[in-house]
Amino acid sequence: MSSGNAIDKSIRSGFGRETLTRRKLTDLLFASAGLFVMLLALSALLSLLGQLAFDGADRLSWQFLTSYPSRFAAQAGILTAWLGTVVVMLLTALIAVPLGLATAIYLEEYASRNWFTDVIEINIANLAGVPSIVYGLMALGLLVYEFHLGQSFLTAGLTLGMLILPMVIIATREAIRAVPPQIREAAYALGATKWQTVKDHVMPYSMGGILTGLILALSRAVGETAPLITVGALSFIAFLPHAPWQADLPYISLQWIFDPFTVMPIQMFNWISRPQEDFHANAAAAGIVLLLMTLTMNAFAIAIRARFRKRIRW
Amino acid sequence: MQRHFDQELEDLRAQILRMGTLVEEQIKQSIQALVDRDVDLASRVIERDTLVNSLDVDIDENCIRLLALQAPAARDLRFVTTAMKISTELERMSDLAENICERVIELNEEPQLKPYIDIPRMANWTMQMVRECLDAFVRSDAVLARKVCADDDFVDNLTHQLFRELLSFMIENPATITRAIRLTFIGKYLERIADHATNVSELVIYMVEGKIVRHTIPPILSNRPS
Amino acid sequence: MTVSAQPCTTLKAEARNLSFFYGNTKALEHISLGLRDRCATALIGPSGCGKTTYLRCMNRMHDLYPGNRYEGELLLYPERINLVGQDIDPIEIRMRIGMVFQKPNPFPKSIYENVAYGLRIREAITRQNLDQAVERALRDAALWSEVKDRLHEQAFNLSGGQQQRLCIARALATGPEMLLFDEPTSALDPSATARIEELVTTLKQKVTIVIVTHNMQQAARVSDYTAFMYEGRLIECDRTEKIFTNPSNKLTEEYVTGRFG
Repeated sequence: MSSGNAIDKSIRSGFGRETLTRRKLTDLLFASAGLFVMLLALSALLSLLGQLAFDGADRLSWQFLTSYPSRFAAQAGILTAWLGTVVVMLLTALIAVPLGLATAIYLEEYASRNWFTDVIEINIANLAGVPSIVYGLMALGLLVYEFHLGQSFLTAGLTLGMLILPMVIIATREAIRAVPPQIREAAYALGATKWQTVKDHVMPYSMGGILTGLILALSRAVGETAPLITVGALSFIAFLPHAPWQADLPYISLQWIFDPFTVMPIQMFNWISRPQEDFHANAAAAGIVLLLMTLTMNAFAIAIRARFRKRIRW
Repeated sequence: MQRHFDQELEDLRAQILRMGTLVEEQIKQSIQALVDRDVDLASRVIERDTLVNSLDVDIDENCIRLLALQAPAARDLRFVTTAMKISTELERMSDLAENICERVIELNEEPQLKPYIDIPRMANWTMQMVRECLDAFVRSDAVLARKVCADDDFVDNLTHQLFRELLSFMIENPATITRAIRLTFIGKYLERIADHATNVSELVIYMVEGKIVRHTIPPILSNRPS
Repeated sequence: MTVSAQPCTTLKAEARNLSFFYGNTKALEHISLGLRDRCATALIGPSGCGKTTYLRCMNRMHDLYPGNRYEGELLLYPERINLVGQDIDPIEIRMRIGMVFQKPNPFPKSIYENVAYGLRIREAITRQNLDQAVERALRDAALWSEVKDRLHEQAFNLSGGQQQRLCIARALATGPEMLLFDEPTSALDPSATARIEELVTTLKQKVTIVIVTHNMQQAARVSDYTAFMYEGRLIECDRTEKIFTNPSNKLTEEYVTGRFG
């Protein structure tokens, strides 16, 4: 069969030395290009960090971390700013976590699949992409003016909570979906109810993914400036919020959630907007602290994911 | 790991042993019926042959079931197929014992021809071969099996001797012909029983060693280790 | 009706004209099949014949996914409950009928917790009794001697065969009346398979067993009754001996001799 021979011949021609060398060269070329691009990106990042460190490292000190802002650059500190960031993050988490978890569990485990749930799913994905300033505007109109919550920690927490809610829902749903159906079937086959299956199996096994997604969402929220400016974060707060405890019953005070607030990015924005060089150094130092906070949160996420991955082997 | 299947193999082995014991008894009683000129005993042996036949059928069905359901391999496969064939050999031995008894009943219509010496000797030898071939099966003893095969020569020689003696009787006195011929038959039956015992031994050798030694020339089957 | 009747004489479950639909597709057609008490019944047939579908009807696993429909009856004796009836709670059924799946699927918990889970969700047992129940289940699954010193280790550290035996122990712990095995050894190596088969042969004296298997020899070795299914219908069900030596139906014979499927 001559066509067979022709095919064999053309196949054998591919075994030649030159073709092989050419293929290997292309391989090498691509690897080098990839390496080059990666080094480029890395060096850009490093130069950014380097610049930041160069500008602000001098200002890093205990005094810097524990002082109030001041008109004098040398005495200004980020106490209220980082405390504000921490408190706002706390509130954000308190709002986003229960809502996000419950929504995701309901959508994944309980809701039936029809056009209505499809519409909800599309909308959640869309909300994740809405620019954060739009959330700020909505919060201003709804929370500050309609509900009269003031320009307070509560407003900030609610705003950022709603901002990261779609991300938390999506991350939780993905984590829940990663639990294989065989595990669910095993639980049901033993006579477990739906709630028992969710509580004893689906939730614990997806906790790693949920926490990772949550921390990543929170570290995004740490850097959000636009919505907080819109709801009125003041940039010059020289006082701490009320303490969360009080001397008489019920010993816990919630007064602090209605206090005015500021956060790290806003403080940085304020300082960089001033003409004096010294304030720019302050801003750089604050940037370093913010970066460290973000890196710490990410490190937590990685550690949690690693710990959970050790136990779960699907 | 002990398997349920192992228990079934044990049960099969016990079943063969039961059949073998029954057949040994049949042979012994048939010769006793001859020597004691006991027609009743002979009739009972003939009746009991149906029991041996039904055991043969049971063992066959059991073996087929084991082959179908368990698909045994290697040693187990040889064991089950050998068991099927051994039960056939045992059933033939019982038929021959039945035949002996039929001749015994016929012989009792006339007085005894001569003292029975050779036939009981043949019978003892044959019964020992039967016993030993079954022992060889139960213990998976190929050496014992080979011995049984070699012992067949002795029975063959005794058969020839018996025939010559009875022939001389027949030539001298034609009135003895019917009785002599019947006795010849009995000798022949005993010799065939010994042959079947040899067959069983050859099957045992196959079961133990995996070598088919059936239909090979007798000199190969000696006590010398191969 | 005496409880101590001979095994393999009375019926434990019976399908009567059972049909099952995945959406609009008819997967089972008018199945009428009796399963005898404390007997192992094997379901054999080529891929797609409906044997796993039938098995999952028995503990209503199909209810976990939308769009499925049952017709006909699946009776459980001695109470004559219709397992596929509308008014029966699937959770109650699953507490009486256990299942072992094709790929071993222990929970990512400790060995002890895996076996104890079925008992915990019933909220009916004290701590001390729990220990004893777990031990008994592990012994019944021929796993106790291998794990008794490491009950609190992760179940995933066990080998495949051990994991499957753990799943069997987990199903046994709650004292089910019936155990459904869905191709339990298809993911295991031959020696693990042999141990599980030996286990099934022992268990069938106490629990009614239904085992779906692709491996005809396994059905022959392990079961007392065999049902042959083809394209969603039951072709023949009889004593295993008869199916493998002299089946009544020609199609059955072609299948067991390996002429198709």
